[in-house]
Amino acid sequence: MLSDYEWQALLLSLKISSVAVLWSLPLGILLAWILARGRFPGKALLDSLIHLPLVLPPVVVGYLLLIGMGRQGLLGGWLYESFGLSFSFSWRGAALAAAVVAFPLMVRAIRLSLEAVDRRLEDAARTLGAGRLRVFATITLPLTLPGILAGTVLAFARCLGEFGATITFVSNIPGETRTLPLAMFSFIETPGAEAQAARLCIIAIVIALAALLFSEWLARLTRRRLEGAC
Amino acid sequence: MLNIRIDKRQGDLDMQLDITLPLQGISAIFGRSGAGKTSLINMLSGLSRPDQGHIALGEEVLFDSRRRIHLRPEQRRIGYVFQDARLFPHYNVTGNLRYGSRRHDPKRFADVVELLGIGALLQRAPATLSGGERQRVAIGRALLSQPRLLLMDEPLASLDLPRKRELMPYLERLAAETSLPILYVSHSLDEVLRLADHLVLLDKGRAPLHGPLEHVWGSAQMRPWFTVEELSSVLSATVSSQEVRWQMTQLSLGEGLPLWVRSIDMPAGQKVRLRIRANDISIVRTQPQQSSIRNILPARIETLQPDENGHLMAVQLQIGNQRLWAHITLWAASELGLAAGQQVFAQIKGISLNQTDWAAHDGRP
Repeated sequence: MLSDYEWQALLLSLKISSVAVLWSLPLGILLAWILARGRFPGKALLDSLIHLPLVLPPVVVGYLLLIGMGRQGLLGGWLYESFGLSFSFSWRGAALAAAVVAFPLMVRAIRLSLEAVDRRLEDAARTLGAGRLRVFATITLPLTLPGILAGTVLAFARCLGEFGATITFVSNIPGETRTLPLAMFSFIETPGAEAQAARLCIIAIVIALAALLFSEWLARLTRRRLEGAC
Repeated sequence: MLNIRIDKRQGDLDMQLDITLPLQGISAIFGRSGAGKTSLINMLSGLSRPDQGHIALGEEVLFDSRRRIHLRPEQRRIGYVFQDARLFPHYNVTGNLRYGSRRHDPKRFADVVELLGIGALLQRAPATLSGGERQRVAIGRALLSQPRLLLMDEPLASLDLPRKRELMPYLERLAAETSLPILYVSHSLDEVLRLADHLVLLDKGRAPLHGPLEHVWGSAQMRPWFTVEELSSVLSATVSSQEVRWQMTQLSLGEGLPLWVRSIDMPAGQKVRLRIRANDISIVRTQPQQSSIRNILPARIETLQPDENGHLMAVQLQIGNQRLWAHITLWAASELGLAAGQQVFAQIKGISLNQTDWAAHDGRP
């Protein structure tokens, strides 16, 4: 049904988005927790910094990644020399770009959900002898689950659609960084490939729809568990 | 002993307490809303911190501002039953019950489930329980965490009357069967009377009065808390003999002070607590002869307190070493020429003897 070329772009997109989301999830939960619960000077600044990729043009994000994380970049150079880890012109770089751009959406959803957790339940758990870590793992985290799922799905969808930062940072290399949007862009640039572009367009719509339905199903499942219909 | 000596400012409330409570039986913390009842038990549980002072449970210091000791709630082993139950919505009843138990002890688990009658609820989710059921599960959860002290914050306050009636017998069973010391916060005198052995009166952050229930209940400082119909006295007595033919039981309030009540099935020597409403006592100056009233006891007038609206006189009597209130009209008091220190006789028309009786009254005549 799908051509090899289409499969390649689709699988690459899914791989890059999954890696981006899974790696940013622990950090996203940590920062959401700090923003929801912490009280410290500079909190507003941290909040703004996290939200920056949401309002910056993606090209700017890509450019900053190129400067910072490229092989000659400040952090990228050090990572390459110390660990042989390189982001430039590889799918890892595409995942990094996607993660950075989707991060604010993830943190936002988790933070809202964390703020809605009833702190009095945490107090109750503490009077039952649970230390902070156990309270977090058994009360806070499970009650935040709907928000974590929503944030994950939202970030995943944003990663799938990532274009500007990716093409700026890691270029458009078939099989390495050419995700669905980039592949579509290539077809549109090529005269006479309108049909292929349209096929990719349909694939993108199908995936987006599937992701939305999946998240709706998950949300209903967790809600039912929390409300305890039996 | 539970020693509490604390200062705490919280909004408009300025708390200064210095009280010692026994570590046995149920101690009620009674006061109007805003008196600082919940603030007090939050400080005992470690959920909030006093500005300064000292809290010690037996030998163990829980809080000491000078020595910079503040044990966290999870280190205190103090159970807490909240007004709103606070069951964990993502665990079923069993999961909630087991949350605080260090080691699962099937025998203890079964005992608690039986005591609270929650065996049929174990697989249910908290959202599907009624208010009374939720409170029972919350009590079980706290009991299973094996606390050294149990705090209960108005467990009946958020329930409607039928639910209250449903939960009360379980609380009475808990009070009777557990050896765990309990602090029970309430603004209902009826609950206090049915459950507590010890009473702390809390008023605007101070505790002007605390001690055994009978003492505090009858003291003059407690009177403003009762309405005219509610004013009553709590006495302790011992069962002395049974009169099978007339189905009566004789109690003793002290040496030479017999009191007859409707037959109760209790052995001689058993201690009982009884409540007598001030409206059920009348006063005579000379001992009446051939009266239908069985209980006429010699008493001494302690104080006379006219009622605010100028109709009734509250008379505090001393019988043996116990005190009780009587209500008479101002007119009668004036005609009899009553004064403090006089020897009179108290005619007692009605006596509520046990908790079932009190339940039947339900705080109202």
